Amino acid sequence: MKKTYQIAYIFLAPALLTLTVFFFLPVLAALGMSFTDFDIYSIGNLARTRFVFLQNYQHLLHDPLFWKSLLNTAYFVLVAGPLTIFVSLFTAMALQSSLLRFKSFFRLAFFLPVITNLVAIAVVWRYLYHPRFGLLNYILALFHCGPIDWLGNPHWAMPALILLATWKNFGYFMMIYIAGLQTIPGELYEASSLDGANWWRQQWHVTVPLLAPTTLLVTIMTVVGYLQFFAEPYIMTQGGPLNATLSVVLYLYDQGFRWWKMGYSASIAFVLFSVVFLAAVLQLYLGKRREAWG
Amino acid sequence: MIPGLKRLIPIVILLTVPVVGCHSLSKQNKAVTFWAMGQEGKHLETLLVKFARLHPEIPVKIQRIPWSSAHEKLLTAFAGQSTPDICQLGNTWIAEFESMGALTPLDSFVLGSPVVRSSNFFSGIWQTNVIHKKLYGIPWYVDTRVLFYRKDLLAKVGYRNPPTTWREWAEVSKRIKRASPPNEGNFANYFPLAHNNPYVPVILIMENEGRFLKKNKCYGAFEDPNTVKALQFYVDFFKNGWAPKNMSRVSNIYQGFQAGFFSMFISGPWDINEIRERVPSLRNKWGTAPMPKGKKSVSVAGGASLVIFKSSKRKSEAWKVIEFLSRSETQTDFFKLTRDLPAVRKAWSDSSILSDPQIRAFREQLETVQPTPKLAEWEQIASKMQEYLEKVIYGRMTLKQAVIDLDRDVDRILEKRRWLLSQNLLPE
Repeated sequence: MKKTYQIAYIFLAPALLTLTVFFFLPVLAALGMSFTDFDIYSIGNLARTRFVFLQNYQHLLHDPLFWKSLLNTAYFVLVAGPLTIFVSLFTAMALQSSLLRFKSFFRLAFFLPVITNLVAIAVVWRYLYHPRFGLLNYILALFHCGPIDWLGNPHWAMPALILLATWKNFGYFMMIYIAGLQTIPGELYEASSLDGANWWRQQWHVTVPLLAPTTLLVTIMTVVGYLQFFAEPYIMTQGGPLNATLSVVLYLYDQGFRWWKMGYSASIAFVLFSVVFLAAVLQLYLGKRREAWG
Repeated sequence: MIPGLKRLIPIVILLTVPVVGCHSLSKQNKAVTFWAMGQEGKHLETLLVKFARLHPEIPVKIQRIPWSSAHEKLLTAFAGQSTPDICQLGNTWIAEFESMGALTPLDSFVLGSPVVRSSNFFSGIWQTNVIHKKLYGIPWYVDTRVLFYRKDLLAKVGYRNPPTTWREWAEVSKRIKRASPPNEGNFANYFPLAHNNPYVPVILIMENEGRFLKKNKCYGAFEDPNTVKALQFYVDFFKNGWAPKNMSRVSNIYQGFQAGFFSMFISGPWDINEIRERVPSLRNKWGTAPMPKGKKSVSVAGGASLVIFKSSKRKSEAWKVIEFLSRSETQTDFFKLTRDLPAVRKAWSDSSILSDPQIRAFREQLETVQPTPKLAEWEQIASKMQEYLEKVIYGRMTLKQAVIDLDRDVDRILEKRRWLLSQNLLPE
């Protein structure tokens, strides 16, 4: 018995070693750094660093830009998250239905944005959102609406990014849902139709409950991923206009890598880490409880 | 205890040795390493062909790094002690790298040099390299910002010449706005509002002799009346509809300039070629002019300098390379290759530069350029200023309140600097 444990450790050693060196140690170092005012001056001379203990976290509490970025991120997660899940579930169900032809074509088409470089996507979407020549405003004009300055207006910039992020990401979760759908046995549908359930009732009483584990996975993945919202505002808006699209990670990046306030930046990272951690635990807990009821 | 573990140890050691070994190997390499960015890096090899002939004993190894990641890369290199011997450094970065103690003072090299003399260079540009009375870089090429304008559109509203004073500038903007068709909503000017692009208000403050900082650059001074007046002038462009506040409207400035969406903008020498190449149909319809005068006509000292890193083992060889690049013939060749404006005055006497009408405004402006405040925190402060100005432009806050809040934030940013000075950890 003991011998098997030893062998297991040996097999685990390379992975544990890499994890320690490249993950646990840096995280510990960052935690230490978040208690200092490590910045550009410290890089040349460590004597120029002060140990400030919790002062960074205290400043964070009184930093209006941090709160703004937190609210923006919450806005993004709460709107883009459900939207992405809904769209991916909907398309997955559509692609599973026997009515649709050219399924593999659509599957590929919807998955393409996921593997396309965001920088390339941003170039195209900036044109779509252009207030004068953009396609979106052209369509709006057909309905006698607009024009909307999508990225230039502080109220519309976030919805514009939500739309972009949903479009870019739903394909990935759609694939997961398709895999989930394929595990549902066909007999259940046959049985339920014999019982007189129509298509809607089948979806509601068969598909949705049996997809619950998949949905839990997808929810956790979107929430954790979307809390780290960064690339879209970084490329499209740089957090503007009026900081309306400034996300926590973008703020962290600015503080850390534009202004080299590493200590402060590390404290933001740990606050974000706690938020992500709590969100994931809460979801798991709710998921488990649902299962217990199920 | 764990038999396998003992066998693992030598493997781990073997794996780590090459990483350490590489470091010492690269030190033995004789070549002078030279990091250059963007198009300068592209043309450097051609430029150094002659140098290789003159000094075959000093091989130069060029590494190109993109501008967008240059800052990060250099800081990481410094932290990891793998900086090059020579590097091209944007001259607004010099203060920052000096404050880290990354650069070699060059005064003694200049003293013994037959080629590099401060009087050969534009004084405002030279000054950007002097920090705490020591010289840390030799200007390589210069740039500054001037007014780009559409000759035909200004003529249409009665201006044969570009505006030379703030009052004329406001007047011509007003007329262009009034003459613009109501539906299309053209603007007279285009100023970028991105937080990393705050040069227009900075120039205007300089032109109005306003202050940015006070008390040994330890506190913000944006409440200075001259500064406020300059900022008010800037904000009024947006409030009067003489400049668009939504930057996303101008996804391509060359297209916007061509379409007459705006008739004036402020930019650097690189845009001369960009306009010529991208919108050739505008030929003869546009020109450049020195900044319209506030109390005086001033612009920012920009461009890049050549620095030698403190860790360099080949400083005297590196200096030879810098000396070669500072010769006026080399500077002329450099202009022909890259269209970067020469830092050495004498190089401007070459006909290829003199005959270019659009470069003339830059030549004139370069005599009156000023450096931005030389401290590591400057870019952050300037970006903060732009952030507040944006709020004023969008009507979220009055300018009076904005400068008060801005000074408070700047004081906070400079807290570290004040502490360092009080502990004598930073030279005065």
